[in-house]
Amino acid sequence: MAAPTPGVISLKHITKAFPGVIANNDISLDLVSGQVHCLLGENGAGKSTLISILAGMQLPDSGTIEIDGSPVTIGSPKTAMRYGIGVVHQHSTLVPTLTVIENLMLGETGLLLKEKRAKARLDELSDLLGATIDPDSLAADLGLGQQQQVEIAKAMWTGSRLLILDEPTSMLTPSAIENLAQSVERLTAQGLGVVFITHKLREAYSMGDCVTVLRGGRKVGFLSSDELRSYTEDEAQTAILQAMFGEDLAAAGGLADAADLAGAADAVREIPAVDFSVRPVVLELDDVTSAGRTMDVAVKDVSIRIHAGEIFGIAGIDGHGQTGLAEVVAGQRVATRGSVRFDGNDITRLGVRERQALGVRYVTDDRLHEGTVGSLSVALNLMLKRIGKRPFWRFGQINRAAVNDEAEKLIDQYTIRTPSPSTRAAALSGGNLQKVLLARELGEGAQVVVVNKPTYGLDLKTVRLVHDLLRDFASAGGAVLLISTELDELVELSHRIGVISKGEIVGTVDNDGVNTAEKVGQYMIGGTQDGD
Amino acid sequence: MATESTRTRRGVDIVVRSIIPVVLALIVAAIILLALGKNPLYFYGDVFANGILGGNWQNSLVVMTPMLLIAVGLIVVFRGQLWNLGYDGQYLLGAVFVGGLGPQLAPIVGDALTYLITAVLAILVGAVWTLLPAWLKARFGTNEVITTLVMSSIGVGATSLLIGYVFQDPSQRTPQTRTFNTSDMLPYIPGTTIHIGFIVAIVVALAFQFILSRTSFGLRLDIYGASPKAARHVGINSRGMTIVLFLISGGLIGLAAAMDILGHVGYVRNNWNPAYGDTIMPFVFLARLSPLAAIPFVAFYAIFATGGTVASIDSGLSTDFLMVIVALILVFMTLTEYIGTKRDLGQSYLPDELRDAFRRPFDTLRTRSAK
Repeated sequence: MAAPTPGVISLKHITKAFPGVIANNDISLDLVSGQVHCLLGENGAGKSTLISILAGMQLPDSGTIEIDGSPVTIGSPKTAMRYGIGVVHQHSTLVPTLTVIENLMLGETGLLLKEKRAKARLDELSDLLGATIDPDSLAADLGLGQQQQVEIAKAMWTGSRLLILDEPTSMLTPSAIENLAQSVERLTAQGLGVVFITHKLREAYSMGDCVTVLRGGRKVGFLSSDELRSYTEDEAQTAILQAMFGEDLAAAGGLADAADLAGAADAVREIPAVDFSVRPVVLELDDVTSAGRTMDVAVKDVSIRIHAGEIFGIAGIDGHGQTGLAEVVAGQRVATRGSVRFDGNDITRLGVRERQALGVRYVTDDRLHEGTVGSLSVALNLMLKRIGKRPFWRFGQINRAAVNDEAEKLIDQYTIRTPSPSTRAAALSGGNLQKVLLARELGEGAQVVVVNKPTYGLDLKTVRLVHDLLRDFASAGGAVLLISTELDELVELSHRIGVISKGEIVGTVDNDGVNTAEKVGQYMIGGTQDGD
Repeated sequence: MATESTRTRRGVDIVVRSIIPVVLALIVAAIILLALGKNPLYFYGDVFANGILGGNWQNSLVVMTPMLLIAVGLIVVFRGQLWNLGYDGQYLLGAVFVGGLGPQLAPIVGDALTYLITAVLAILVGAVWTLLPAWLKARFGTNEVITTLVMSSIGVGATSLLIGYVFQDPSQRTPQTRTFNTSDMLPYIPGTTIHIGFIVAIVVALAFQFILSRTSFGLRLDIYGASPKAARHVGINSRGMTIVLFLISGGLIGLAAAMDILGHVGYVRNNWNPAYGDTIMPFVFLARLSPLAAIPFVAFYAIFATGGTVASIDSGLSTDFLMVIVALILVFMTLTEYIGTKRDLGQSYLPDELRDAFRRPFDTLRTRSAK
């Protein structure tokens, strides 16, 4: 395969507008081979659009892409691959029922599978990445870190000169992040260019050779490799933060808070202690076991007690039964054994709608396909769980005025940014969709709320808002079951943290401020055989 | 207002996208006619004359009645992303009970009661015939495209058996049911020769427009169709929804059969199958699964079918030529949607390789002239 050629891919004055929003506004970037170019910015800053233009999924409205000085049109992912641009997307694109080598050969053309050659190529790439990948194991059996290595191999399959990693660390454990950093180092040493997209400042600083900061679709800051080297960590941090937040720096709570938000330092507990011996238990799970669906980890013998005003965190590697646990509490999945009690009453047999009416709510992690219906208006999405209820529906007929009034109230209260209540939900950004979910679930009569990865893929201001909302909800006496793969978040918000592995709670840690993250990490490693 | 103007543009866009395929299909059909040595202008003029002019529009509306009811029956399930393709079986089974029992029932219980009993019976038969596919889908996720098609074939066969062994008119040699006396059939709308089944069809279409767009059931159905995951999240009973949608669909198709037999055909002959569902399928999608929008589209096809049957015979063509036009509409509808989606995404219409191939000769020329 062709060795990566030294050179540069330049984006010149890229502009891309969608109805109502300019996603990229006159952005120019040079992606130099042998360098890690960090793309920092909140969600909605235009990172994804820029990447999809590079990957050939969208054409820019204006501006050009030049490879080694000659202008090119990248009109399809296939063309992007031909130019050696490989993308590792935030979400897994592996087919779980196929083996590693089958997954890698998916993009190949030709009549017969050339498995021998493919295995040789995989060996070559594993050497390059410094990883060991068994070509014959099923993709579903791989740990997350390994899955990511396979994704990288897939992106580089036909020879690569630029590797784009879209938020690669968001679901990895600290040791897996370490491995990834080493792989990236090896790749750049080979002369490959890497674009590293992240919203965490400390990663940008530790991994990047140069940093570009995007905000609101514009390029608002650039630190060249020389600058970055000459700065101390604090100076670099300040420069990047000022670019990231701009005039909003004050709104984000000053430099220190902004640094905290942007993940510059290690997390500490930020929630006040409560004496739970005097608080009633609101949600009780007794030896709950759920029926698993295909390719999904079921919950086994889980017992949890959550008091009023408590935030109970669930830590664990993604896909270890978190969704099952959330759904068993929400009523979307039946418990085959055990019981779920709310305020002392058995609700094991109740469905979603009855639990919703009692005050048991669920903010799902799949905002796009489960939590909202893109083709429906924002107003209707806000009312999804109250369909048919008075005064919004009378004798089955919708009362548009009442629905709109309620929607406007919620849009105002939760600062949901939408052109109007009748805008289709598909037009909203991830952060605003999450606000829609929170407005719907935390509103009127909520007592227990299950939140599944509530800040996944959100911009920092929304992350802060979500954290504040959850804290306020708890201090007002609500009980929260907080499921997250971000350890920082759990440490900041939870009173106690349970660690889930293969559907079981393998340990519970009191978040007393002493080495909580390490204790949780130990349970996580001890609880899984395949590690990361 | 910006949102106001985008909304109008969207609306115009949808209308244009729905009409373009029909126009293109008619143009291509004209070219085919030319190639066959027929005069397309004469042919289309003939369609117009026999479909609308004189009293012919009344015949078209009579033909439209079962089509519109079936269209609504399909729209209801299609909105739930369920594909009931067993319309032929459901229609014929409903029809054979109406034709088999109605003519004997009318003299005994009177016309009004006959209409009521046979219509309810046809609705039940159509609905029951969807029950097995619906249950298999709800319980095991069995692909309903296959099960409804199989049940349709069984239904068509069962219709023949019912005519042969149960409902055969003893006074006829050909296998067929008894025939309604003309006086026992559905009355005309005063001043026309259109039976009142047409009003039933319009009322049903409007009622379902209301149900789908303004009631909690319609909203739940849209959620279920858009995302089964979201439906589960909201607490919609997916199994119940699947079965209810199939029952409504089958019931409406049964009603279509009842109106057609009671108002227009009067009996059921063996091996008779109007296959309305196949012909209106593209129009259901052109109407974007809206019962209200389906009315003009189905009316258009009814006129075309009525006038076109005569025009085809006049021009010496097979009546299957109409199906060619329907197929052309389907093809152009797919193309229009493809291009529309590409445009919405801001992608190029042509694959890169193709565009480069077009561009290459010009590039070579340009570099050469530069030298």
